[in-house]
Amino acid sequence: MVDPLTIAHGAEWTVKHGFVYPNEFIYWGLTIVMYPYMTGLVAGAFVLSSLYHVFGQKDLKDIAKFALVFSLALLPVAMMPLMLHLQQPLRGIEVMFTPHFTSAIAAFGMVFTTYSIIVLSEIWFVYRQYFVEQTRALKGSTDTGDQIKRVIYNVLTLGAYDISEEAVAKDHKAVTILAGIGIPVACFLHGYAGFIFGSVKANALWMSPLMPVIFIMSAVVSGIALCMLTYIIIMEWKKFRAVLRKGLGDESVTVIAGVEMDVMKKTSRYLIGFLIAAITLELLDIIFRGYTSMKSWDILREVMFEEDFTKIFILQYGLGNVLPFILLMLPKMTIRRLFVALCLILFGVFMMRWNVVIGGQAFSLSFSGFMNYDLPIIPHNLETYREGLFGALTVAATPFIIFWLINKIVPSMKEV
Amino acid sequence: MSCSRRTLLKNTVKGAIVASLPISAFRLLSPAELKAAIGDEKVRWGFVVDTTKCVGCGFCVKACKKENEIPYDAPITRTWVERYVVTRDEKVHADSPMGARDGFTSARIDEETMESGGEHTAEIEPAEIAKAFFVPKLCNQCEKPACVQVCPVGATYQTADGVVLIDRTWCIGCGYCVMACPYGVRFFHPKYKVADKCNFCYHRISKGLKTACVQACPFGARQIGNLRDPDDPVTQTIMNERVSVLKDEYGTKPQVFYLGLDYTVK
Amino acid sequence: MKNHVLRPLWVAIAFVALILLARYVMVPRDFGVQGDSFTFNFHRAGNVDEWKNMPAVAYLGGETCVECHDEQGAALEDSPHVIIQCENCHGPGRDHPETENPATMTIDRSRGLCLRCHADLGYENSSRADLPGINPEEHNIDTQCVQCHNPHTAEFKEDA
Ligand code: HEC
Ligand code: HEC
Ligand code: HEC
Ligand code: HEC
Repeated sequence: MVDPLTIAHGAEWTVKHGFVYPNEFIYWGLTIVMYPYMTGLVAGAFVLSSLYHVFGQKDLKDIAKFALVFSLALLPVAMMPLMLHLQQPLRGIEVMFTPHFTSAIAAFGMVFTTYSIIVLSEIWFVYRQYFVEQTRALKGSTDTGDQIKRVIYNVLTLGAYDISEEAVAKDHKAVTILAGIGIPVACFLHGYAGFIFGSVKANALWMSPLMPVIFIMSAVVSGIALCMLTYIIIMEWKKFRAVLRKGLGDESVTVIAGVEMDVMKKTSRYLIGFLIAAITLELLDIIFRGYTSMKSWDILREVMFEEDFTKIFILQYGLGNVLPFILLMLPKMTIRRLFVALCLILFGVFMMRWNVVIGGQAFSLSFSGFMNYDLPIIPHNLETYREGLFGALTVAATPFIIFWLINKIVPSMKEV
Repeated sequence: MSCSRRTLLKNTVKGAIVASLPISAFRLLSPAELKAAIGDEKVRWGFVVDTTKCVGCGFCVKACKKENEIPYDAPITRTWVERYVVTRDEKVHADSPMGARDGFTSARIDEETMESGGEHTAEIEPAEIAKAFFVPKLCNQCEKPACVQVCPVGATYQTADGVVLIDRTWCIGCGYCVMACPYGVRFFHPKYKVADKCNFCYHRISKGLKTACVQACPFGARQIGNLRDPDDPVTQTIMNERVSVLKDEYGTKPQVFYLGLDYTVK
Repeated sequence: MKNHVLRPLWVAIAFVALILLARYVMVPRDFGVQGDSFTFNFHRAGNVDEWKNMPAVAYLGGETCVECHDEQGAALEDSPHVIIQCENCHGPGRDHPETENPATMTIDRSRGLCLRCHADLGYENSSRADLPGINPEEHNIDTQCVQCHNPHTAEFKEDA
């Protein structure tokens, strides 16, 4: 048994070579990769739903409701990796108590709360009518399950039972306004995740004013991609059930397939737009660093073109950006190809987060040594679970569980 | 109607932000408090490291770790000594095995400071060496500490006498300060699970003692003193000699001054 | 049912109020800006005094040692090793004099202790070269230095 006091935090997954200061380790591991990735998905999903509510992009109607509820499911998950990462998770709430606003992280609690309030209120307005209807419908039921449900719905109405046309119109108006406020807040939430990194002057890779913008763009990309992907899976499931019930040739099957393709084609146009913006900015950043060749460029170049070449140029740009881009641009789109492209995009954005967070720590502050990240796979203590593969998998799986739970109360796929 | 509703919605957001601001951040100070705050503080701690005197015995590191109860066999340390060997072909070799806790007893350069197993060591012929020297490092107690700026909860701060401390009961362990320090002086304490770093042995200097490393150094390569006292030897050195600081491009204004620093020092 | 639109707002306000209440209860009274800068002086005031007493001083300094160990003190006095603190070689002296417990002091007879200064690294222009150096791989290997050299006087042991 190794004395736990001799293990420095980070030492278990850091392999150093060259000249690295003694205290340097990869302090921000996979959990911190997950954090901007998850917030990115939240922001992206919300922006997608708002495009419909605010700008009346009718073509997004079907996916909008779904995206909104999904962004709610993602909300707690954006915070999860941060909590997992803290050495003192129980003290996390201090960020709300004594926020030190000169720190980029300090505003997290507030921005996040504000954003949560907006999303929750918006969902409330969207579903209030439904809550009231359910409360009324379940009134007579003697079934315990139904009664519990009724109590929940009753609480959710917050006592507002008026579903006259006038009142519902007010709801819609409120949704539009909230979605309108929500867009900048969502962008802020994420751009600000970029700011957390971009403002670290000690880190040569992170420090860039472009960082927040790059983060927003790739956030929207990943958020849209995830919504589309989940949408496809759910539609395929519906189609599969329709086939089971009514047989392959049934009309309802073709209808579902038609709707699905239609929504997807329209949404993917937005996806491509944001994807181009994201890649352009990232390339601009690299070109600029190369051209200005500051002191740090030597080591950055070595990290980018030698140490992490595969991760950056093959996995992130090649597999995660260029390939799906081609797949999306080719004519005669099929759901299967779209599916592959979407998975690749999600992977690409993940790699981008990886290459920023881990890549930014791949070189020493001394500029003459490197640190390799040895991802802890099989956890052998709490630390290697939290910062390892299984911690990340927990984080990745949670939104789907939450989404499933929320859907029991707030059906986001009903009218689809 | 619709207008007032909009205002109210806006107020939700505003209210949420404003209500949670720390009230103390905007509190007006009374004149007495203001005076105490700006302070005609009598002490401002400063440090001088004379690299030309250092022989790399590592007694400072040993003393620091034991004095400040930093787990002795963990690779982290509040102060450390680096060795630089510049060869005639202008290659720079540097290392600091275990922060030089046990000094430098071999001419082999431990280029891979972790788990090397001696594999990645470089043997350099004495005839090849153009110059070689040792550089002790410690927290620079910057005048504009980047680590303090980024602490989200006010757990690390600068005292009136210029030392940067960490509140062990308040640190949440996010690691942002560790990331923000350009000098790599911060780490997580394996026992307390909070950020930790050199604090000029605050418990010693505030009792009139020298820091453990200064006391341990047999060659006087380390000196601590009061920068507000013009007769203090440290102040004298900074005033009269040609001193430099580490990485001044970060604008952190370090309060640890170096004599005999080479351009190859990282 | 005049303005049901405001319902979420009340919930939000209640939530914020809850946090402010918790903040009031949980944040120490002395937390705040202690100097002139919110950026650098925002903290719990009491922590400064905590650090003034934490941890207890461990390295006492050579003057304390020679009060009792005058023999070693004298030996060191006129030796080139006078510059070296006793505690560098024997470890921190905290608790040792009070408890008079010799076990708390270490006597390190390893070659490594002396080699910190005396291993010849061949760095001509560093002050390491000013110390008398030996090649650790040739100079009487496998034998403790203190077998032949007195660590305090730095003299050759006549009886060795
Ligand atoms: C109050 C008197 C006193 C002071 C002060 C004191 N010692 Fe001792 N020391 C003793 C006594 C008594 C012994 C045990 C007698 C013996 O074995 O010679 C001892 C033993 C030792 C030993 C030998 C241990 C052994 O295993 O034989 C060392 C080494 C030592 N002291 C070092 C120090 C150092 C270094 C200091 C200064 C930090 C110091 N002492 C301060 C009283 C003192
Ligand atoms: C360079 C390292 C070094 C320094 C400095 C040093 N000692 Fe020692 N000391 C030793 C070693 C090594 C031994 C063991 C000697 C032996 O086994 O022959 C020792 C032995 C002792 C002993 C045991 C009795 C003896 O003499 O063998 C005492 C007591 C002692 N030292 C006290 C002191 C005191 C007090 C000081 C400071 C005034 C001091 N030492 C400074 C290395 C040192
Ligand atoms: C902190 C560094 C340091 C350590 C550790 C140290 N010494 Fe020394 N030693 C010196 C210095 C400095 C001199 C005096 C050099 C001079 O003559 O100017 C010296 C001188 C000597 C000499 C005398 C050489 C001569 O030419 O007269 C001997 C022998 C010696 N040391 C042995 C030891 C032994 C044995 C140890 C281990 C117990 C030891 N030293 C540990 C610094 C050290
Ligand atoms: C077997 C006895 C013996 C042992 C063990 C021994 N030495 Fe020596 N040492 C000598 C003798 C004899 C001399 C003087 C002759 C010489 O200069 O070689 C000497 C000389 C020295 C000198 C002075 C060299 C000079 O240039 O003036 C130093 C320093 C020294 N030894 C350090 C050490 C150290 C450090 C160790 C342990 C790693 C050690 N010795 C172990 C016997 C020994």
